[in-house]
Amino acid sequence: MPAATNTKRNLVTAALVAPAAAWLMIFLVLPFIAMLVFAFGERAPEGGYQAAFTFAQFARLPTRAAAFWNTLVLAPVGALLCLLVAYPVAYYLAVKADPRYRLILVSLVVVPFWTSLLVRTYAWMYILGSRGIPNLLSMVGFEDVRLLNTPGAVLLGIVYGYLPLMIMPIYVSLEKLDRRLLEASADLGARPVSTFFGVTLPLSLPGVMTGVALVTILLLGEYLIPQLLGGGKVFFIGNALVDLFLQSRNWPFGSAIAVTLVAVVVVILMVAMRIAFKVAGTRQVDLV
Amino acid sequence: MRAFISSVYLFLYAPIALVVLFSFNAGRSASEFTGFSTAWYGKALSNTFLVSALQNSLMIAFTSATLAAIFGTMAALGMERLAPRNRAIFDALFAAAIVVPGVVIGIATLVALVAVFSFVNPALTAIWPGDQPPQLGLGYGSIIAAHGLFSMALVTMIVKARIASLGRDIVEASSDLYATPLTTFRLIVLPQILPSILAGFLLAFTFSFDDFIIAFFVAGSKTTLPIYVFASIRRGVTPEINAIATLVLVASLLLILTARILMREKKTKSGE
Repeated sequence: MPAATNTKRNLVTAALVAPAAAWLMIFLVLPFIAMLVFAFGERAPEGGYQAAFTFAQFARLPTRAAAFWNTLVLAPVGALLCLLVAYPVAYYLAVKADPRYRLILVSLVVVPFWTSLLVRTYAWMYILGSRGIPNLLSMVGFEDVRLLNTPGAVLLGIVYGYLPLMIMPIYVSLEKLDRRLLEASADLGARPVSTFFGVTLPLSLPGVMTGVALVTILLLGEYLIPQLLGGGKVFFIGNALVDLFLQSRNWPFGSAIAVTLVAVVVVILMVAMRIAFKVAGTRQVDLV
Repeated sequence: MRAFISSVYLFLYAPIALVVLFSFNAGRSASEFTGFSTAWYGKALSNTFLVSALQNSLMIAFTSATLAAIFGTMAALGMERLAPRNRAIFDALFAAAIVVPGVVIGIATLVALVAVFSFVNPALTAIWPGDQPPQLGLGYGSIIAAHGLFSMALVTMIVKARIASLGRDIVEASSDLYATPLTTFRLIVLPQILPSILAGFLLAFTFSFDDFIIAFFVAGSKTTLPIYVFASIRRGVTPEINAIATLVLVASLLLILTARILMREKKTKSGE
């Protein structure tokens, strides 16, 4: 290729990626550097940031242990509960549902995702609040049942809010499943239950892994659901961060927590990818 | 199994049904139904704070999604021409933009912008000839920038997946027939990747329109619809919020429906 064409080609390539590169530099890389710098700084007396180099902010992390504990327990538990509800739905949609209604049923799963999570979570505030279900329960004799502002309410909100996100990847992996494998399994005398555990479930594992990893990671940064349904009693790291940045204006400590949160996300992602590779590996051996 | 599936759908739609129901409440309460009325729709649409929050949200969502669709598509097209090592750097940065929690994106953007402003604003004051030098601050720009980051990563991933599945032979055929690269792009490549660009745009628009947490950090004194709704939940909600939520729900349903119909028409046309 002549040198002139080569230069022209490089120029076009550079022009194509330049806006995205600039955006990533200014609004992702630079903010991360700033946040790292802040995390090693000190809180100015009037709030905000004062230049320093200290590990004091990281040393104070244990004072927010409750937020980390709640997040690291409720996020995976919430994702697993979500999976328990989502799998049968995805299975029904992909395998059992009447093909004529399949598209409508799948769309109905996605539609709630298009409406404000804030408003939908708010609706749960009055379903679980004193005038909702507890009011109905008191009519049949169960007095003073408290549902709102409990870990259970937060978990319910999580399952509710993230269900579509869990159903879709599982549905996609089940839909791609080759029906002839199921028929072969039945022809070879396997009962439906053993076909499910021997063929269907292992083949849908990539979808399950994607769903669980996606939901868990999104939940690690959740703010609205614990804020509205946990009422300040069940708080996540996200709630601690909002409090530190917008109320007590301790930006360095907040930055240290945010940096730690990113580290946790990275570790969980790496573990998830490890497992995914392993699952993919064993699957191949099984099939051949 | 049937019963379980039905109850899941009930679980998904019961809260939405409640929101819609209370938008027609005659009373002030968003939790006790006292009679049917459409009065709250009128009140919502004449509430200037609420309407301007809605307008802000629409403007921010449209701008950030449009920028994301253009720059994201350009990046997806450019990335496959890059050397593998540079491409890996882009992949890693886009992946980071997607997996880093919104709350962290909000904080990091806030911290960085405030730091930049603390240098730029005094400098502007020093060099400005007039009395009132322009001052940079948080607002629409910072929300669009922060939303655009996630959206651009989203569009790039979707369009890149589509490009990867395209056959190269038709592009080669086009250039063999003496089409200029631009003509080939316009007539061959663009029509094939357009559906995924539109899908990316729609996802980006919804993400931005629905986002609360990033905007909460970087909005400065500006209000978006989710920020307004969040503040009214603290103050105590009137059915006004339910009315706006219902309108938004109906609008997005119409949007999905139109998109579906458009795509179906296209499919049947290309099938002929």
